Amino acid sequence: MTSKNSSKEKSVGVVGMGSFGTAIANILSEKSKVIAYVRRTEVVDEINQKHTVEGELINPEIFATQDPEYLCKSCNTIFFMVPSSAFQDVIRAFSPFLYPYHLIIHGTKGLCLNLPQGKTLEDVGKINREDILTMSEVIMKETVVVRVGCLAGPNLARELYLGQPAATVVASKYNEVILEGQRLLRTDRFQVYGNSDIVGVELSGVLKNIIAIAAGALAGMGLGENAKGLLISRGMVELVYLGNALGGSLKSFIGLAGIGDLVATCNSTLSRNYTVGFRLAKGEKLDDILDTMEEVAEGVNTIKLMKAFVEGTGKRAPITENLYKVLFEDLKIEEALQYLMKYPFSVDVDFL
Amino acid sequence: MADTYIKHQYEPILPKKDEWPVVKLSKSRKDFIRKVADASKKSVLEITAGNIDLLREELETTLYREKLRIKQNPWAVDPDDEKEFWGNVKSGMVQLSADGSLTKTQKKKKYLEILDDITMRYSEEIASNFIHSHYKVTRRIVTFGFSRLLNAARVKGFKSIFSNQFSLQDKIQIVGETDQIRELASKGTIVMVPTHFSNLDSILIGWIISVLGLPPFIYGAGLNLFNISIFSYFMNALGAYKVDRRKKNLIYLETLKTYSSEALQFGVHSLFFPGGTRSRSGMIEKKLKLGLLSTAVEAQRANFERGEDDVSGKIFIVPVTINYHFVLEAPSLIQEHLALTGQERYYKESDEFSTSYKISKFLVKFFTKGSDISVSVGKALDVLGNYVDNEGNSIDRNGRKIDTKDYFLYNGKVTVDAQREEEYTYHLGKRIVEEFHKINRVFSSHLVAFTAFQMIKRENKKMDLYNLLRLPEEDVVLIYHEFKEECQKVLNKIRELEAESKVQIAPHMKSDIDSIIDHGLANVGMYHAKRPLVKNSMGNIETQDLNLLYYYHNRLHGYDLEKLF
Repeated sequence: MTSKNSSKEKSVGVVGMGSFGTAIANILSEKSKVIAYVRRTEVVDEINQKHTVEGELINPEIFATQDPEYLCKSCNTIFFMVPSSAFQDVIRAFSPFLYPYHLIIHGTKGLCLNLPQGKTLEDVGKINREDILTMSEVIMKETVVVRVGCLAGPNLARELYLGQPAATVVASKYNEVILEGQRLLRTDRFQVYGNSDIVGVELSGVLKNIIAIAAGALAGMGLGENAKGLLISRGMVELVYLGNALGGSLKSFIGLAGIGDLVATCNSTLSRNYTVGFRLAKGEKLDDILDTMEEVAEGVNTIKLMKAFVEGTGKRAPITENLYKVLFEDLKIEEALQYLMKYPFSVDVDFL
Repeated sequence: MADTYIKHQYEPILPKKDEWPVVKLSKSRKDFIRKVADASKKSVLEITAGNIDLLREELETTLYREKLRIKQNPWAVDPDDEKEFWGNVKSGMVQLSADGSLTKTQKKKKYLEILDDITMRYSEEIASNFIHSHYKVTRRIVTFGFSRLLNAARVKGFKSIFSNQFSLQDKIQIVGETDQIRELASKGTIVMVPTHFSNLDSILIGWIISVLGLPPFIYGAGLNLFNISIFSYFMNALGAYKVDRRKKNLIYLETLKTYSSEALQFGVHSLFFPGGTRSRSGMIEKKLKLGLLSTAVEAQRANFERGEDDVSGKIFIVPVTINYHFVLEAPSLIQEHLALTGQERYYKESDEFSTSYKISKFLVKFFTKGSDISVSVGKALDVLGNYVDNEGNSIDRNGRKIDTKDYFLYNGKVTVDAQREEEYTYHLGKRIVEEFHKINRVFSSHLVAFTAFQMIKRENKKMDLYNLLRLPEEDVVLIYHEFKEECQKVLNKIRELEAESKVQIAPHMKSDIDSIIDHGLANVGMYHAKRPLVKNSMGNIETQDLNLLYYYHNRLHGYDLEKLF
């Protein structure tokens, strides 16, 4: 394996410099040359001239570009760190320059809809598994790259940026992608685990956002730790249930990317999804909250998709369904909570 | 396009037999076997990671299983000196473990010698024995014999036996990408992967390869078929190498895979039945045996490793489907399938093709009655499942040329990664199954069988499959006009699928629905003693054998047509 000093060593690409992208780019830049792709000219200039993103200092060696072709030519391994709503567009912009020798690892915790052309979720109402794509499935669909991996785990961007100890999971069907992820990311403050169930790991990161919104709502209502304990454990059951239906394996859900991430997000005011729930409980309207947030809270879209999926497959997912009503049908949070307290759950754990 | 049957004899792409890869291979047979043996030895050592205890264990397991096989399951084709050979291996092993005076390296050397003996013997056993004169004779027998029979049957009168009115190509229709396979066979190496429903398939494919003007392909044939003298002759002539399913030990399996991989690297076109065995259920293969398929991926990587980056080092996968109205072995195949899936303990391998007499009888039946076969040749793929153009370039979904070599690069270099290749093989298998469904041709018999079975199933909603199949046949009657309506519904859906290029339809399906149904009823499983579907005196539809009906119905499984019911 070649070391950083080798002159032939290519750079590592990071696409998207949101808070998580920036944190990962910083970690990567400890070992490799990093080229970052951003869409807006101001941000390119900010990175290349002031070496900051949103005013926060980053490694000055990180170089920014707006040119997908340049990035693809300069890098063998590329990290895609863009929100799910923009993911498909960005991948399509990169697709003409990607070749089978590229390795892609993404860090996006959301889902995409895959409906026949011209249809929207409102048209169809109910959806099945084939109508949903995880981000790795989007990559496989839109590009020729097959060696694809994902990054998930309790990785609150702010803490990573501050260099606090943390760990992540790199999941891929290909050992070489996991090893490459470990080689590039591992530092003495950042531990990297491997997992071959990429869909399971992606779903862990996606579905936990639902529970994070609920956790924020409980906190916003001023409820205490008993309620949170209840929510995390019941949320875990729902996560496993939905995750299995979508093709992930139980092992991944109870790992770092599942429970690990769930606990971190449900306890952190740094989490965007948590913030959405918290502000809802304080009486704000969803639209107002989303308008004033700087970055996307993936959980909102996930709830929308999962509600349609649950209906399409005849399953029940009480937390998701009730959150949907709170978000989009003006159900009061107190009423949703009442409903959940009356819901006839009887068995504690039935998935092990 | 898909509708036009290819009805002319192609010029051979390599007129001189000395240029045929398979002839070149048989000329250097000795060296080639040595090469296979060495490469197999190397891969066994890689698997045992150079650990001498693991190697000893593998050798002991192999020895034990081989001795057991010789005792419990001897076949006529087994060589006479088998007992002696394994006896020698045994005494060699015993001596080695008893001898305390040897150093570790000496011991290792001895074990390697034993391993070498075994891989050498296995390579010899597996190697094909292509003899050009036999090939010529066989080709003539097949073409001449078949067309005599055919003309005797179709043209009435005494002189008909000498008539040339019908050729074999009226009976067996070839459709699809025939020009492409010819083009690519002259540039690179072809791996043909057909669906497998009947033992007749290998002879049929052999004939087709020759009609298309391609040099002979080699393929792995079950050693059990070599027990039958008539088959043994045909197989050897067609370049078959032998696959002994009784031998499941690591060393044998590695040698077998190495043989296939080395032959591909040598440039010999090969034929894999990727389902491994005949489809028991009548469904198009959904899960492929990846062992042999992996050798295509491995050979491709090995070619790239050696720097053979141009088209001559490229391996092309060509899916082929064979479509029948009638499969001779259907009754026993479906029995076996049901016994297996129904998890009954009892399972016996029975084979209609067990005697030369039965085969001849079938051939006569086949040619004297009007049951057609069509063979569709699909678009060629690279080992990752991308389509390739006629020049052999891989093309991605957006029509961009890509280099297959890129899939094997890590940091700019071709690297060997067994786990990666395992995933690629799995991916390729999935792509082949997709292509099978696309080039599969729907026959009238498939339509009627599918519709009838689904209607029966709908009427007995509460039963599981096994109970359903146990229904007394005399209780099942489908009213004709309802049956017709449902057939039309299914046909419409199939036409929609055809428009989306998700399936193909045979030309005899172009007429009106009544004629299609009549055609289907007349043809579905037509030579079985009990017919899957018949019209009764009232004009309604009955079945004489539900299992068979289920078998022929399965051909249209995998298109989501069940949703119509």
